[in-house]
Amino acid sequence: MPLRQKDLLGLEYLEREEIELILDTAVPMKEIFTRDIKKLPTLRGKTMVNLFYEPSTRTRTSFELAGKWMSADVTNIATSTSSVAKGENLKDTARTLEALGANFIVIRHQMAGAPHLVARTVKASVINAGDGRHEHPTQALLDLFTIRERLGRIEGLKVTIVGDILHSRVARSNIWGLVKLGAHVTVCGPRTLIPPEISRMGVEVTCDLGEALADADVVNVLRLQLERQKKGLLPSIREYSDLYGLTRERVEKCKPGVLILHPGPANLGVEITEEVAESPSAAVHEQVTNGVACRMAVLYLLSGGGKAGEIAA
Amino acid sequence: MKLLLKGGRVVDPRNGLDETMDVLVEEGKVLAVDIAIDAEDARVLDVSGKAVLPGLIDMHVHLREPGREDEETIKTGTLAAARGGFVAVACMPNTDPPLDTGAAVRFVLSRARETGHVRVLPVGAITKGLGGAELAEIGELRRAGAVAISDDGHAVTNSRVMRHAMEYASMFGMPVISHAEDMELSAGGAINEGYWSTRLGLPGIPAAAEETMVARDIFLAQLAGARLHIAHVSTAGSVELIRRAKEKGILVTCEATPHHFTLTDEAVAGYDTNTKVNPPLRTARDVEALRQGLADGTIDVIASDHAPHTAEEKEVEYELAAFGMIGLETSLSLAVTELVRPGILTLGQLVERMSYAPARILGLDWPGIVPGAEANVTVLDPDASFVVDPARFASLSRNTPFGGWRLFGKVVATVVAGRLAYEAGGF
Repeated sequence: MPLRQKDLLGLEYLEREEIELILDTAVPMKEIFTRDIKKLPTLRGKTMVNLFYEPSTRTRTSFELAGKWMSADVTNIATSTSSVAKGENLKDTARTLEALGANFIVIRHQMAGAPHLVARTVKASVINAGDGRHEHPTQALLDLFTIRERLGRIEGLKVTIVGDILHSRVARSNIWGLVKLGAHVTVCGPRTLIPPEISRMGVEVTCDLGEALADADVVNVLRLQLERQKKGLLPSIREYSDLYGLTRERVEKCKPGVLILHPGPANLGVEITEEVAESPSAAVHEQVTNGVACRMAVLYLLSGGGKAGEIAA
Repeated sequence: MKLLLKGGRVVDPRNGLDETMDVLVEEGKVLAVDIAIDAEDARVLDVSGKAVLPGLIDMHVHLREPGREDEETIKTGTLAAARGGFVAVACMPNTDPPLDTGAAVRFVLSRARETGHVRVLPVGAITKGLGGAELAEIGELRRAGAVAISDDGHAVTNSRVMRHAMEYASMFGMPVISHAEDMELSAGGAINEGYWSTRLGLPGIPAAAEETMVARDIFLAQLAGARLHIAHVSTAGSVELIRRAKEKGILVTCEATPHHFTLTDEAVAGYDTNTKVNPPLRTARDVEALRQGLADGTIDVIASDHAPHTAEEKEVEYELAAFGMIGLETSLSLAVTELVRPGILTLGQLVERMSYAPARILGLDWPGIVPGAEANVTVLDPDASFVVDPARFASLSRNTPFGGWRLFGKVVATVVAGRLAYEAGGF
């Protein structure tokens, strides 16, 4: 079964089987790119454009390498150096990229729904690399992949997401993916950073970190944007860290074998201590590696690839 | 020329009419309302099976002239009004320049005389430049022809200014129309705050951003002993506040738009920017409360908040898109489809909400379909259905989420001061 849509706009729009197909396809991709000779010929002659309206190092580089190892020609557009700075609108930019021959447009944008607008405008495959506080599907895919790799399954696991849920696209994509794959999800953070009626997305909500950690199999710690304090959502970063920071003491009270994830880049000492982030329970660096594999899988499947078995050669 | 509307069902609750009657119009006035009128020299419109209503008024529209004639003009906006069954529209002052001087109001009225298809009732600004700080010359606005004052599009944040505006406007018998929005609570918001803002990742505008200001303005109206009209009520909480204020005898009236009593915030899924409107589309519970408020009379008026925008202002990221949707050419049909056909309002009650109540609030002499009255009549086929095709709108703009909807209630003719401002093809 290939993917049903030309684009990857969010995990909201994928069936469980499609998510599993991507995760299955990422297994051989990871095997390939941890070899010495990484290249696959799949996307030879195809062009992929990274259109980033927000600064990003790891996601952009991850997509860039995923594209290159699939033999695509990859171009990066940063908005400060493009005509976007001259006031060109998004639809026009998208049409221009298509006219230049882009087969894949990977877009990161500060506003929810921007990738949808591009996807409606062009025939190219559009991949959402993060839209506002809406979704960041490839981040969630790599989180799911990492959980499956470490713990062997997702169905039935208890997963806690801690931090600024309100502004987090990582949280939303994780929720869609985890709930579809049968995990039990709890979100935890200060009341000011919990969006209304999120329980209707199929999750438990608590402001008590101790409660949220007690029987978690996985803890996904979100990055805290330090400017939230200025907007009056938090009294101080110190108090946030005190109430919601993941420390060794807190991890020691978790179940043995708890898996700790962080999408990066971490504010070490704020939402997570360096000691925890670098501990064997944490998978921060594997997540980065798995991100490339998952993005290769997405590119492969969107370019028309089918079953995981076809890749090995 | 004489005009004879023959065989229609005249529905005019103020004049105790709901029966098949002929209506003869001459020289701008209703000459006779009777059974089987013969007038050999009259143009006869056979309106049998159709409803003949006192002319409808849309008391909340944006005509965009002067300043944004690329979005709408007085000519195109009033043609849209005529096609939508409206004989008069009250136009909001947030033009460029705004209607905050007598000269600006006179300009709109003179353009309406030159180019308008229906009567135009200008609403003047509350404050100079819609800035919320200093009162506009409200007496001068009145003398020039303004029917009410409003800073629509902006809330008057300063409670003292709003109090004085109400006190001052009451000297001229004009209502203050409040755009009720706490701008700090709504700041940055794009859609209703709730499940859909959470799911779609769009910044939310809580119901309380409207309700806190509705409550404030009700207390100010009580303090000032003045008439307050709340524009585009969208939440259950606002309806409840207004219901209680009316019970206490406070002089408050309000309106609801067809989009707010028809759509919920779920319509935003897919990020169609035609669903972006201020106040935002709310929840099913709010829609239910609006319908209840319309049925029991808590909500006096149905008004469209017709807000034209160009494609360039709408075909952008959702958060960047302009707020507003057009409504003149779908308002009556949505009311028929969503309220009359399901039995929430009778046709007579619809006439109250769309003709008599706005006329009363705006201080118009509005006797209805009786001999001697100015002939303002809307002829409606309540049972005919059609598919909304924005490409065929008279409005210059196309920003509606209702394209492709099948609606009931087709406008057959609109008679403005005895003149056929619009008649559907096929006569």
